[in-house]
Amino acid sequence: MLGFILRRVGLLVPTFLGITIITFGFVRVLPGDPVLLMAGERGLTPERHQQLLEEFGFNRPIWQQYIEYLGDLLTGDFGNSFITKKPVLDEFFTLFPATIELSLCAMLIAIAFGIPAGIIAASKRGSILDQSIMGVSLVGYSMPIFWWGLLLIIVFSGWLGWTPVSGRISLVFFFQIKTGFMLIDSLLSGQKGAFQSALSHIILPAIVLATIPLAVIARQTRSAMLEVLGEDYVRTAKAKGLPSRRVIGIHALRNAMIPVITVIGLSVGTLLAGAILTETIFSWPGIGKWMVDSISRRDYQVVQGGLLLIAAIVMTVNLLVDMTYGLINPRIRHN
Amino acid sequence: MKKLLDIKNLSIDFQTAGGLFRAVDQIDITCDSGEVLAIVGESGSGKSVAMLALMGLLPWNAKVSAELMQFDSKNMLAISKKERRKIIGKHIGMIFQEPMSSLNPCFTVGFQIVETLKLHLGLNRAQRRKKAIELLELVGIPAPETRLNAFPHQLSGGMCQRVMIAMVLASNPKLLIADEPTTALDVTIQAQILNLLLSLQKEKNMALILITHDMGVVAETADRVQVQYAGQKVEEQKVESLFQTPHHPYTLALLSSLPERADGRKLPSIAGLVPGQFDRPPACLFAPRCSFATSLCNKEVKKQSNLLGQALCNFPVTYTQQKNAGAKA
Repeated sequence: MLGFILRRVGLLVPTFLGITIITFGFVRVLPGDPVLLMAGERGLTPERHQQLLEEFGFNRPIWQQYIEYLGDLLTGDFGNSFITKKPVLDEFFTLFPATIELSLCAMLIAIAFGIPAGIIAASKRGSILDQSIMGVSLVGYSMPIFWWGLLLIIVFSGWLGWTPVSGRISLVFFFQIKTGFMLIDSLLSGQKGAFQSALSHIILPAIVLATIPLAVIARQTRSAMLEVLGEDYVRTAKAKGLPSRRVIGIHALRNAMIPVITVIGLSVGTLLAGAILTETIFSWPGIGKWMVDSISRRDYQVVQGGLLLIAAIVMTVNLLVDMTYGLINPRIRHN
Repeated sequence: MKKLLDIKNLSIDFQTAGGLFRAVDQIDITCDSGEVLAIVGESGSGKSVAMLALMGLLPWNAKVSAELMQFDSKNMLAISKKERRKIIGKHIGMIFQEPMSSLNPCFTVGFQIVETLKLHLGLNRAQRRKKAIELLELVGIPAPETRLNAFPHQLSGGMCQRVMIAMVLASNPKLLIADEPTTALDVTIQAQILNLLLSLQKEKNMALILITHDMGVVAETADRVQVQYAGQKVEEQKVESLFQTPHHPYTLALLSSLPERADGRKLPSIAGLVPGQFDRPPACLFAPRCSFATSLCNKEVKKQSNLLGQALCNFPVTYTQQKNAGAKA
């Protein structure tokens, strides 16, 4: 197992290097001169333009810029934002908890509803319940996130007035940020109604973000369960006289979880990608919105640093997922 | 006296895309404590399906009907699922053909045995562990304490089948159904597993139903044999008399196709195939492949008396006929 982990961690290095090339190159392929964009409407004198290009190093050959960037990365320096002048890493970690909180809530919703829905659909195969669950999940899977988000805002915020339109918490509350997670901080603050306010702010974006992973998890759970329910050991479990609750919930589910865990791991990438749209729609102050804003401002350092950090997170999560296989499936653990 | 297991007129139909398919056709099965009944027949002759029906393990598209399905004086047709679960696994144990895939790969052997103990005997933790070790010892697994923590993939096929046997014996069943228990195993292991099953059956005075297509296994183990063909019971006899004087032409043909009995250079085989869903003969199902069949066999088929092994045949084979027939089949 240790060898397996070391091998997987070793594989991360070339992958990470590849990502630095892509993010670095990609940002520079974008049309538009960053210096001119920074200057805005007023424009620049040619001398000042030249001076700024030199200051940021944009006039040097691109490979030199890349080597220098890589060297900085190795020392943990992701550069400073052109706009705010603050270190990219600091900005990232200020905003990251908001995205994590949103993604975690979305993942919880997706798992808490997706897995039971898949189990029910599989154990009532062919029934109306099965067909409706699969139908709804297909719709959820095919829904464009931005349209679905706007629809929910219109219904729940506009017509019904149940939830706020944007933000993380109502402005009337003010308290010390301790964990960066608004749901936890609002509870810790002890202020009356703060938690409810945070909850009502996060619920819509979390549902929107959860929709696609939920549909994928439900469908994957169903097909994995259907496969497993036909296995000999499930028949053995029934032949022992176990109640079907235990046959399905213990004997079948444990085996069916292997492909489902894979899908959950892969959904982390989907979630972070989805967070970009969701955060923009709900003005959620996380890294998704931060990245979109930086792209439109041609804030090279932020875009490439942010992409790199997101990629690093997705890779780490996939590594963790690979390791959980061993926990579930003893055959992997022992090889 | 009442038999432990008494099934009369059992029919099982499967709802398929091509209509109803009759897998089991009006068969009777009886088995008493201390008795070994062998059910033999080719693949698809409804051997396993009948037993799965008794266990309530058939898929949803199966329709079971029977005049009587009684186990230990309980009507298995009328009881609820909950009541059935108190009988199957506890009083009726079943082991299957593929021991490697019949154990759950995600749980240790110990967990799977202890689970049965907990369900049916409700002992405390330490007692359950002790009993599980005893059971593994009983089925001849060396170092049972360490084997409890093994996963099925760490054991050989023979070991897995021993674990399966230990698991079903946990609750001291009155009836043990072994569905081709040795088919997937090495020949050397086959004899060991059969001997183990038989010695445990004698020791505990269980009823044992052995489903197999191996006539060699039948000869060595069974007290009574019932031969099935295309879902019908075509003959039933004590084992000695069946091997001496088979009465149904199918049994005769089966026996003469045994390699041990072949005397010519070519191994005799039964020409043709078992009828399927769409080419079912009108009366006698074996008629198209039978060397004794006449036009009468396509109109009706008669069930013979106990003297002729209840053979489902218009022209049951008698001892004198066999000399000539052996050469033809």
